[in-house]
Amino acid sequence: MESKHMRKKNIPGSAEKDPQRPKRKLDMKILARVVRMLHGYYPVLLPVTVACIIFSAIVATLPAIFLEQVTRAIDYCLREGVTWDIARDMIVPKVMILIGFYILAIIALSLETQLEAVITQGFLNRMRKTMFEKMQDLPIRYFDTHKHGDIMSYYTNDIDTLRQLVGQSLPTLVRSGVIVVSVFFIMLWYSVWLTCVLLVGVVLMILLSGKLGGGSSKYFVRLQRSVGAEEGYVQEMMNGQKVVKVFNHEDACQADFDKLNQELYEDSYRAHAYANMLGPIIMNLGNIFYVIVVTVGCSFLLNGWFNLCIRSLFDPTATAVTVSVVVTFLSMTKQFTGNINQVSQQVNSIVMAMAGGERIFTLMDETPEEDEGYVTLVNARVAEDGSGRVTETDEHTGQWAWKHPHAADGSVTYTLLRGDVRLTDVDFAYTEGKPVLHDVSVYAEPGQKVAFVGATGAGKTTITNLINRFYDIADGKIRYDGININKIKKSDLRRSLGIVLQETNLFTGTVMDNIRYGKLDATDEECRAAARLAGADDFITRLPHGYATELTNNGANLSQGQRQLIAIARAAVADPPVMILDEATSSIDTRTEAIVQAGMDKLMEGRTVFVIAHRLSTVKNSDVIMVLDHGRIIERGNHEKLIAERGTYYQLYTGAFELE
Amino acid sequence: MLLRLSKCIREYKKATLLTLLFMVGEAIIETAIPYITATYLINRIQQKGDALSITKDILPVGLVMVGLALISLACGGLGGFTCARASSGFAKNLRHDLFEKIQSFSFINIDKFSSASLVTRMTTDVANVQMAYMMIIRTAVRSPLMLIFSVVMAAYLGGWLALTFAVVIPVLGIGLFIISKKAMPAFHRVFRKYDKLNESIEENVRGMRVVKGFAREDYEKEKFRRASDDICGDFTRAERIVAVDTPLANFCLYFNMVFILLMGSFMAIRHPESGVNIGNISALLTYGMAILMSLMMLAMIYVMITMSIESLRRIMEVLDEVPDMKNAENPVMEIADGSVDFENVSFKYTASAEAFSLSNVNLHIPSGATVGIIGGTGSSKSTLVQLIPRLYDVTEGSVKVGGVDVRNYDLTALRDSVAMVLQKNLLFSGTIKENLRWGNPQATDEDIVQACRLAQADEFIQSFPDGYDTHIEQGGTNVSGGQKQRLCIARALLKKPKILILDDSTSAVDTRTDALIRAGFTSYIPETTKIIIAQRIASVEHADMILVMEGGRVACVGTHEQLLATSPIYREVYEQQTSGKGESENGK
Repeated sequence: MESKHMRKKNIPGSAEKDPQRPKRKLDMKILARVVRMLHGYYPVLLPVTVACIIFSAIVATLPAIFLEQVTRAIDYCLREGVTWDIARDMIVPKVMILIGFYILAIIALSLETQLEAVITQGFLNRMRKTMFEKMQDLPIRYFDTHKHGDIMSYYTNDIDTLRQLVGQSLPTLVRSGVIVVSVFFIMLWYSVWLTCVLLVGVVLMILLSGKLGGGSSKYFVRLQRSVGAEEGYVQEMMNGQKVVKVFNHEDACQADFDKLNQELYEDSYRAHAYANMLGPIIMNLGNIFYVIVVTVGCSFLLNGWFNLCIRSLFDPTATAVTVSVVVTFLSMTKQFTGNINQVSQQVNSIVMAMAGGERIFTLMDETPEEDEGYVTLVNARVAEDGSGRVTETDEHTGQWAWKHPHAADGSVTYTLLRGDVRLTDVDFAYTEGKPVLHDVSVYAEPGQKVAFVGATGAGKTTITNLINRFYDIADGKIRYDGININKIKKSDLRRSLGIVLQETNLFTGTVMDNIRYGKLDATDEECRAAARLAGADDFITRLPHGYATELTNNGANLSQGQRQLIAIARAAVADPPVMILDEATSSIDTRTEAIVQAGMDKLMEGRTVFVIAHRLSTVKNSDVIMVLDHGRIIERGNHEKLIAERGTYYQLYTGAFELE
Repeated sequence: MLLRLSKCIREYKKATLLTLLFMVGEAIIETAIPYITATYLINRIQQKGDALSITKDILPVGLVMVGLALISLACGGLGGFTCARASSGFAKNLRHDLFEKIQSFSFINIDKFSSASLVTRMTTDVANVQMAYMMIIRTAVRSPLMLIFSVVMAAYLGGWLALTFAVVIPVLGIGLFIISKKAMPAFHRVFRKYDKLNESIEENVRGMRVVKGFAREDYEKEKFRRASDDICGDFTRAERIVAVDTPLANFCLYFNMVFILLMGSFMAIRHPESGVNIGNISALLTYGMAILMSLMMLAMIYVMITMSIESLRRIMEVLDEVPDMKNAENPVMEIADGSVDFENVSFKYTASAEAFSLSNVNLHIPSGATVGIIGGTGSSKSTLVQLIPRLYDVTEGSVKVGGVDVRNYDLTALRDSVAMVLQKNLLFSGTIKENLRWGNPQATDEDIVQACRLAQADEFIQSFPDGYDTHIEQGGTNVSGGQKQRLCIARALLKKPKILILDDSTSAVDTRTDALIRAGFTSYIPETTKIIIAQRIASVEHADMILVMEGGRVACVGTHEQLLATSPIYREVYEQQTSGKGESENGK
């Protein structure tokens, strides 16, 4: 319980997203990192794809040149009255070259779109895997200080923004960028003056779309926030619908909801209105520039004004604006503005991708759980010659030993795994300056049962968090079989400790898979034996598919008691010498409760057990009872001794305190 | 289904219709502009040559075009605006209707839907439908119009040059249709797998203590790697089908280009009488582009609609749900007193259920009495009391409060007089005071303090730095279980009910406080009928009357002493709890 408590209150500066601060700036560092990663994953495919995009983009601008040549030819032929037979020789070869380019472009385009699919999905796949692997390596503290919903949204919303970026925005940026540059040079080729006219228009367009786009992304950020607010409210009310009914609170809830709903509506319509208006505005500005280009172009044409153009460097006669140049400019105007429109459409998703990417990279850059342990757990054989010498073996002997290499002299010692756990003068704080445990000393000899009793927040769960090193102690010592647990490799330490938590977490898969989770190489028979020990076999065999019954959604199809029984079986199959048990407080039906209790008792037999006790029967049967209050052990001893002392334990026992 | 849905448009009908209108306007102008440019500008320039006059020939047409562009801009801009308004408004109404519908649900309806699924319906599903709606009103009219106008104009300007579209439209249309048809099921499959992957991530996040406790990080990584690779493969396959779209569309575009350039110049030079000129060629190219774009849009709409159908279906499921309970006609508004009568009451949760959850209960509880109810889980204690505020309707027989059948009361009046503290109780995010005012919005601060004193909550509330203004987290996670229960009792007390029902509401409260609460009831609200379901005998032993429930029946009724003498079940529980200080005594 403490952990939950702590999650809410004690940790300031947890990495909660701050919705108040809309991030609108394009963070180039994040974009650069995404591109670097893409290149790292696809050192060959990425350049090939980019090359294909560039090629097909350039080809897309070629028609302008051919259009100019063909229209020039038509214009010439009509004026001079040339027959088709002669004109054919002027036109057909040009079109044939164009067809050649087109065939190549289609091939490049096909290759490019196929590769894009492969790269986008591959990139997302690698991102997902990297994130998940990273997450698995993070310390429990991370999960205690971050809302689970926030962590989940890295995998859903945030990665989705990257899909948009890699799958759509980046290719569009490259393609449109190339087209714009290429068209720009073609325009210069034909006429510098007309290009200048168009440039003025483009600058205007960019300014305008920047303004509109800015407004749009401001409202999209707000929209995000009001979507969140409404979702939170709906979630709360859907959970509490029965309470709403009992209190006749329907109308009040509806009113509250409508208020949020109205806000959501306002933000949604503003955000979309801005976004929707951008397209028509840019397009029609394009139309207006079209007219301006025609007018200016014709003025040049008629007055025979000098046409500054690159072409004239190669063809000194091309010093006048011709009909064909005007026509070509018109089609280029469309292409130019159309592609600027394309880019402006991507601004929102790029801004969102940068925010999403930043969150994902923050996760990736978290410091992983450190493990400097070097003492490992190995299969052991005890020499039968009576010397008691322990040796390492590859076989399963049923016995384990701590393998302790000594760096100083290169020697290795073996200590038989027994389950002796000692905490000496342990201090601990989740956040600095707010100590949760003071001077806690607990000795548990192999086979002993230690019960922790105390109010919520007294530090019971915290102690167990320290034994399996979910958290590291600030001061004091914890020794396992005489070895400082900081020297033991974390995974081996945890393998030697079984845990049954109050909140049962099962995984999607069959019942058998869930039990086997405790020991991956357990045979079906071993799993069944563990289930029998836990008292779970009875109900499992009565499930529709027995042990093969699929569990989904944390075992939603089972009762709470049944889920606990599976969790007990899971711990039993691991068969560790030391157990940490957190008894459930929630009410389950009396019969199942008795079975769960029996299962727990069986599990405790012959092991060193730390139990956070909520049932007096558990407490009474313990070898030592630790009564905790505000992080200190205030009473210790067995049941009879503590009753005789008439202290806090006595009061708890007689029900004068809440025991949770 | 669509008809029912169209009712949600309501006040946004105007915006919707305006959007359609604006889009038609935009489509018309957009097809007109290339025609004007072709015939009045380009062709004229070509034909007139040096005889062209800027002021006579160019400027008037230019002004018309600027005018048209401005109108088109207005249409497009306003259309975008009304479209955003209409679709956001439609979504707002949809959410409002959903929420309202859910508010009208009876307990039976609520039991049918999981709360998580209702949340998804109200958020993700509505968002999907909103996007589809926006798409439809913006483009579903515009794209076909653009398609038709463009083809007509192309035929008008280009004569049989427009034949190219007879090739391109079917090729692209059928191609896109086949691609969408093939890709959609593939995407559906992937999305389902993707949901599963996310569920398993969530499992990991939630169960990280288990994963780490068993040192299963590597195992989970491997499992995830496999699942993620699998999805990546499927996703790539699906996207590669869709990726054929672009080359296909470009092929059509290029085909148009080549055909029009070649045949256009042939027509212009060989058959000048056809009227084809440079302008026609450039206009045809523009129309070709518009036609292709419209086809692509239509394909996208097709995909969007099919994708949102599933969301739509899930929304309709809620909207079509019939509330299971109706208010009585000519309802009784006044509840005379707190007496409760069960007459031959039998009850089952669903009509199809085989066994009755309650059978043949006959009972009279006088007004002001304190009644205790004891019994194992599954003995239908909660079911019995839930019939009193008519959370469920009886299947047979009748339940009377104050001598009147509960079905004849006004529901609000009845539930205001019968306060119930549910077993699975909840506090909502907000201050303590706000939470308590659920019981009575008009309650004064004194009322609140008094109710809290009675529920033994005042003391701990005062100990909080913010007292009654302490903020409660969603679900009440920042107060302990016992504190939460006491706040829930105080909230119910504020109703000043004639009947107060506590369904296992003091299980986390210590025995001493529990006794204080009960003592308070006796001295401060003697007229209220108090019905207390409890696990602890101590909580009910002083009641005027104790019911022992077993298997949906009232096995025994009597006072503590009577039951000790007559009921073996009662005696057994009592002995277990007193002598051995057994399991259920403590903490439960």
